[in-house]
Order: sequence, then C-alpha cells, then structure tokens
Amino acid sequence: MHSDSAEVQKSIRTYMMVGGMLLVFTAITVAASYLSLGVALGITVALLIATMKGSMVAAVFMHLSHEKKWIYGALILTIVGFLVLMTVPMFTVMDTIGTPIHVAAPAGEHPAGH
Amino acid sequence: MNIPYTVEERPDTGLANGKLGIWLFLASEVMLFGALFSTYILLRIGAPSWPHHELNVPLGAVNTVLLICSSVTMVMAWASLKMNKWGAHRGYLAATFLLALVFLINKSFEYAAHFRGGEYPSHSTFLAIYYTLTGLHGIHILGGMIVMAYLFGPGAKLWKKNPEQFTNRIEYTGLYWHFVDLVWIFLFPVLYLL
Repeated sequence: MHSDSAEVQKSIRTYMMVGGMLLVFTAITVAASYLSLGVALGITVALLIATMKGSMVAAVFMHLSHEKKWIYGALILTIVGFLVLMTVPMFTVMDTIGTPIHVAAPAGEHPAGH
Repeated sequence: MNIPYTVEERPDTGLANGKLGIWLFLASEVMLFGALFSTYILLRIGAPSWPHHELNVPLGAVNTVLLICSSVTMVMAWASLKMNKWGAHRGYLAATFLLALVFLINKSFEYAAHFRGGEYPSHSTFLAIYYTLTGLHGIHILGGMIVMAYLFGPGAKLWKKNPEQFTNRIEYTGLYWHFVDLVWIFLFPVLYLL
C-alpha cells in the first residue's frame, strides 16, 4: 500500500491512464457486440475484455498489485469458491440421477419410437 | 473505549483491522454475485432462445462510463487525502457521489421504460435475472452513496481529530466502490451485449 505522499503523487498518472484505458475497452466491447462474430466468439471476446478491465480495476484502483499476503490468501479462497459456483451449472447438465436407463416400450410399439 | 488497530497495523496480519474486514466482506460479495452469475448461466443454457441487444445499449454504455469515471474520482479522493489536499478530496468525493446519482437516475429511466411496456420480472426468464442482478447492483450503489454522504457530512469531522483513520475510511469505501464498478464491468456485456 502506498503511504508516502510522493509515491501517491506518482500513482496519479497511472490512475488516469487506467481510467482512460477502461473507457477505450468499453468502446471496443460495444463495437464488437455489433459485429457478426457468432455466439461463441462474441461471448469469448466480451468476457475477455471484461476480465482485462476487471483486472485493471483490481490491480490499480484496489491496489492488489502490491498487497499483504493475508489479503491474497482470502482472495485465493474466494476464487476457489467462485470457480465452484461457476461449475454448478455444468453438474446440472451432467446429472443423470432419476433418468431411466432402459425404458420398456409399450406393447405393440417398437423401442425408442421406431 | 478505544478500538485497536484502526490505524496501526496488527503485528500478525500486517494490516489494520478495517482493511482485512473490508476484503473479507468483499469476498462474501463475490460469492453473492457469483451465485447469481451462476444462475444466469444455468438459465441461459436452459433457455430455448435468449434476447440479443434487447436492452438500451447506449444507456448501459453511458452508465459504464459513469461508473468508470466514479472509480477514478474515488481513488483521487483517497490520493488527495494522502497528499493532504482536503479541498481536492471534498471535490472528488462529491463528484463520485454525483456520478453514482446520475447512474441511478439513468437506471430508473430504463426501468420505467420497461414497466411502461409491461415488461416486469415475470415477463420472461431474461427479465427476471436482469432485474435481480441490476436491482442488487443498484442497492449496492445506493449503499455506497449513503456511506459517501456520511463521510462528506458528519463523518468528515474525523479528519481533524484523526486524519489517518479518516483516510483509511475513505480507502475502505473506495475498495467497496471499485468492487461495485467491477461487478458492473461484467454485468454490462453479460446483460446488454451478449
């Protein structure tokens, strides 16, 4: 954490530069959304830019580029928890509990509707 | 009663208690918004179709610009205190508050336009998650504004009594505010553009 007034003075230029870059990236995100990139590429580009912007806010404005180890420790645990939350939807797709494996076809019908 | 480690760092953590406290709070906030983002993914995967560019993109983009500018003014409010520039700090804090206010006014226009068209949360799965995510984010903006108003008004007296503690309070408010900005940085493309 900066504590020295002179160091803070030097950081102001960085804050302004990052602010400017965030605005430029916002313009790029909006422009890219109007291009016909397709769903998969469109989502990838938008989330990639959002991740870059988020990292800049965290590293520079929230001073995470130079923090104490206790804060990094808490954040590593948070990231693990966050990733678990993000994978929950995948488990619902893979979930086959309760799905019949062999469906007996009614009499007079061919299996699987053929 | 004096609360210890409001200014000086604890020997074991190397941090003032407030700093660790605000980061633990933000960690819980990541999980709160993370659960809702996860819900969004689940709903979107399961939906037969999903609207594209249905929301007001220019207004959403303007709100993104407002929040980015407010993050810059917030960090400048803290930097001004570190450089002992009280007047500049007041200006930057007031600017942050006003930018947040304009954000909420824009959001209220957006909500009103939806309501006029009969687009309530029950209208579609997309609107249900849209109102949930943006509503929760809006409450966070309001919470930040209340804290800023306190630090601009009655809470500002602490600067004369204990400038370092006041600077720390501004720093913690800033950390919360940047987090609110960070959440919007993801909400904007996810809801407005994809």
